[in-house]
Amino acid sequence: MDIATQTETAPPPPPPATTEQQRASRGATRPGDRIFLGLSRGSGIVLLVIMAAIAAFLTYRAALALSDNTGNFLTTFEWDANAIPPKFGIAVLAFGTVVSSIIALVIAVPVAVGIALFISHYAPRKLAVPIAYVIDLLAAVPSIVYGLWGALVVAPNLTGFYSWLDTVLGWTGIFEYQGGAPRSLMTVGILLAIMILPIITNVSREVFLQAPKMHEEAALALGATRWEVIRMSVLPFGRSGIISASMLGLGRALGETIAVATVLSPTFLISASLLDPGGGTFAQNIASKFNEASEYGRDALIASGLVLFLITLLVNGAARMIIARRKEYSGANA
Amino acid sequence: MKLQRMNRRALALGALAVSGALALTACGSDETGSTGGSGGKQTNAANIKCDDAKGQLAASGSSAQKNAIDAWTKAYAQACQGVQVQYNPTGSGAGITAFLQGQTAFAGSDSALEPAEIEKSKKICKGGQAIDLPMVGGPIAVGYNVPGVDNLVLDAKTMADIFNDKIKTWDDPAIKKLNPDAKLPNTKVQAFHRSDESGTTDNFTKYLKGAAPDAWPHEPGKTWEAKGGQSANGSAGVSSQVKQTPGAISYFELSYADGIKTVDLKTEAKEPVKATVDNASKAIAEAKVTGKGKDLALDLNYKPQAEGAYPITLVTYEVVCDKGNKAETLATTKSFLNYISSEDGQQVLKDNDYAPIPDEIITKVRETVAGLS
Amino acid sequence: MSTTAPTAQAVTPDTLHAARLPRWTSPLVAIGSAAAAVGIGLAAGLHSRVQWGLIAAVLFVIASYVLATAVEGRRQAKDRFATSMIWVTFLLAVIPLASLIWETVERGSKVFSPYFLSHSMGVVADQDPGGGINHAIIGTLQQVALASLIAVPIGLLTAIYLVEYGRGKLAKAVTFFVDVMTGIPSIVAGLFVLSFWILILGFDFSGWAGAMALSILMMPVVVRSTEEMLKLVPNELREASLALGVPKWRTILKVVLPTAIGGITTGVMLAVARIAGETAPVLLLVWVNPFINTNPFDGAQGSLPLYIYQQYAAGSEASYDRAWAAALALIGFIMILNLVARGIARWKAPKTGR
Repeated sequence: MDIATQTETAPPPPPPATTEQQRASRGATRPGDRIFLGLSRGSGIVLLVIMAAIAAFLTYRAALALSDNTGNFLTTFEWDANAIPPKFGIAVLAFGTVVSSIIALVIAVPVAVGIALFISHYAPRKLAVPIAYVIDLLAAVPSIVYGLWGALVVAPNLTGFYSWLDTVLGWTGIFEYQGGAPRSLMTVGILLAIMILPIITNVSREVFLQAPKMHEEAALALGATRWEVIRMSVLPFGRSGIISASMLGLGRALGETIAVATVLSPTFLISASLLDPGGGTFAQNIASKFNEASEYGRDALIASGLVLFLITLLVNGAARMIIARRKEYSGANA
Repeated sequence: MKLQRMNRRALALGALAVSGALALTACGSDETGSTGGSGGKQTNAANIKCDDAKGQLAASGSSAQKNAIDAWTKAYAQACQGVQVQYNPTGSGAGITAFLQGQTAFAGSDSALEPAEIEKSKKICKGGQAIDLPMVGGPIAVGYNVPGVDNLVLDAKTMADIFNDKIKTWDDPAIKKLNPDAKLPNTKVQAFHRSDESGTTDNFTKYLKGAAPDAWPHEPGKTWEAKGGQSANGSAGVSSQVKQTPGAISYFELSYADGIKTVDLKTEAKEPVKATVDNASKAIAEAKVTGKGKDLALDLNYKPQAEGAYPITLVTYEVVCDKGNKAETLATTKSFLNYISSEDGQQVLKDNDYAPIPDEIITKVRETVAGLS
Repeated sequence: MSTTAPTAQAVTPDTLHAARLPRWTSPLVAIGSAAAAVGIGLAAGLHSRVQWGLIAAVLFVIASYVLATAVEGRRQAKDRFATSMIWVTFLLAVIPLASLIWETVERGSKVFSPYFLSHSMGVVADQDPGGGINHAIIGTLQQVALASLIAVPIGLLTAIYLVEYGRGKLAKAVTFFVDVMTGIPSIVAGLFVLSFWILILGFDFSGWAGAMALSILMMPVVVRSTEEMLKLVPNELREASLALGVPKWRTILKVVLPTAIGGITTGVMLAVARIAGETAPVLLLVWVNPFINTNPFDGAQGSLPLYIYQQYAAGSEASYDRAWAAALALIGFIMILNLVARGIARWKAPKTGR
């Protein structure tokens, strides 16, 4: 909420300096510098102004919505924002968002680290480059395509797997499966895992490649096996890299909209079983409720968007801090 | 040197890609329907009056009438070359919102305008207000996917229990009682509802509440109020889920029931009623006009007396200004609305699993369309 | 069969090398466990291919571990185990990714044709076959190009400011808000432009309105990736250039940027790919136009991701086919973009020591 107030204190933009004649005189270094500095600072300020406008706009609309809410914003299990006394809460959305993202992380991180290690230390050199390239390309597949694929290819093929999970782990209650369409938080988690896999892989691979060669060679010379080298010199070096990569992946999983909206069967209920269709996420709820929402309903959705926004901000910020702590390594192996 | 040569190659490659894209876009052409398409549903284009219609006609709203609008647009575009009708099936609420903000020429809505919305419309309609014009009727079919069951009869109470999660399997005694001859499996019931707000949900829950008030405790409305069940987005979404999921049941407009078996309703009448266009027309014929002045909002009867009348119906209105429509689209709007309310236009509905509006009401609609300004 | 060769080596422990499994063991075990998994799957009547794959993976890991423990000892077995785990994760990841591409190509090629690329949807109804994506391609190309025109210069300059000049409060605020910006749900960006451009300023839907929302989404991505790349440029290069008396702005333009241009291009391309797949803001701002509109500043346009979403939502066989074909076109477009970017990055990158 204090974003808006913070932006008000931003310094006013300096007058943009774009005198063509000054730039023409090549000998004078200082005018050129001044123009360049002005340009780059100017665009920084433009960005700041846009962002401040959005943040102010969002906070304003969200505040409008919250003041009229008759339910509890944090605990109500309902989304009746268009009704005349509006009643809505984000409990189900928060649960769904967090749970599906955690499922995605639990699946994606080990696999991504495996692939990253495979590319950096295991694959034959000739294979490693094209594989890394393919993974890069997959990071660019649009989420609508993942959504289409998830809804028409993945979900129909998961019924068998889910019945199996039900027979093996059904007694826990978490993996109980009623035989409905497999459009549950678990399916969303699996799809998100596949979507964030390339990002986590890319970042951790970069970190693994930066692991000091000397350490590895020393370990090898002492007779360590390849796994021991990785466990003792590569993984400790890359731990913070893996964490920040996971955070970046988490950030993407939290905010994913269209892919979740095509795959999930949204209901405003928290179900004990991950395999039961139902639940919802912030972004999905905004996308599917937005069209029919009244003006007030839109404000309510924006309020939920603001919460998502803050969560994503926290996650991204944490990832950044972890990366920043290791800044001394950047540039070393460019 | 080497670097430079490669630069040039990269540039050439880029230029090739760009020119390829340009070539692709330069020779594109609009699908006019004369060459492509199945052409199964022939329409008589000769009677369409284009008058001064031209340019783009942006509209949005109910997804229930999307299939009808598609058919109309096709016929209309063949008669009036150069007019582009862009109907965006965003949902009734979004359609009205967009219309009230002056973004579109007309809106399609499954429920009549609220008094507050009419009040707001006076800003956009200079000197007038927004009015409802009933154009499309239709049965809301209850489709199911139960292997081995080809005919299924349900009454309002059983249906309410199914959608309220009280009846959990298909061999429940209540269903058996209504279908003594059917081989009902013990498959779990998978009831689907719309996840988005929708006029279809509104009409369906109004029926449940009206016909079985004890079994359906929830308030009728555009949002699905009951807990539990599964959901999907849009009529197409729920109908495709019913197709894929054994044990599924859901409600959608008849035009989406392609390849899905539909429930016969046990009403006050002797025989169970099938979800057909004719049976729906019988129910819509009992509707009364409740709108004031030029507004033709209807009050639907969910307990029709006529023999063989199918009670779960839906009427979609086109919402326009009676006076003060946008000058640049007025002629086009009038021409298009004129066509869809004409006899030919209403005939198209029958061919696409929609019900035409009863004669008495549609005559009033035509008069009103002619007087739009 | 697989045990005969290693036992022959295992009886001669006095050589310098410890006992090792022959190189062909791993592929053999892999084939064996795959065959066993298919057998188990068929016998137990498991229909899901996913289960077959899982069984094969588990069998492979266990078999390699047991074999290695028996022949090579615990440490080597652990190494084998890790190696096979890593291979398994790799294969596990490749399966869905390959399936995604395979399904898109297979299902998409059904209606993908020059006709499909060169015609618009026009008046084709959702359930009827026919129609094409020409209007959507034009719309997406123009919107993405316009968005890049806004976002790339601002993003690049901001990143330069942050890395090369940025000290003090302003830089901190900009860094903070770039982070905030990456978290904006795309629909919120669309909403912002909707209320600002269309509702308050009273403009119509247009490709340009969509491009503005897309540029908001693109800016932080460009800033972040450029920032990372500029930070990777060794300080020695800057110092050397400055020491020779080159002004700072020329140092940045002639030394720093060229060094980082490969990474920057890749970053920009990834940003383009990200916004080319955005659906929500386009839906709000560009509207839907099934006809060709080549002017992004006037009237509604089409868009590829939106087209895919709508054809998916329409839910008929014909529209699913069109959705897949459009997905194929979109992926193809992004892949070509990526390839070109890679090429430029590689050619432009200054030769390093390696």
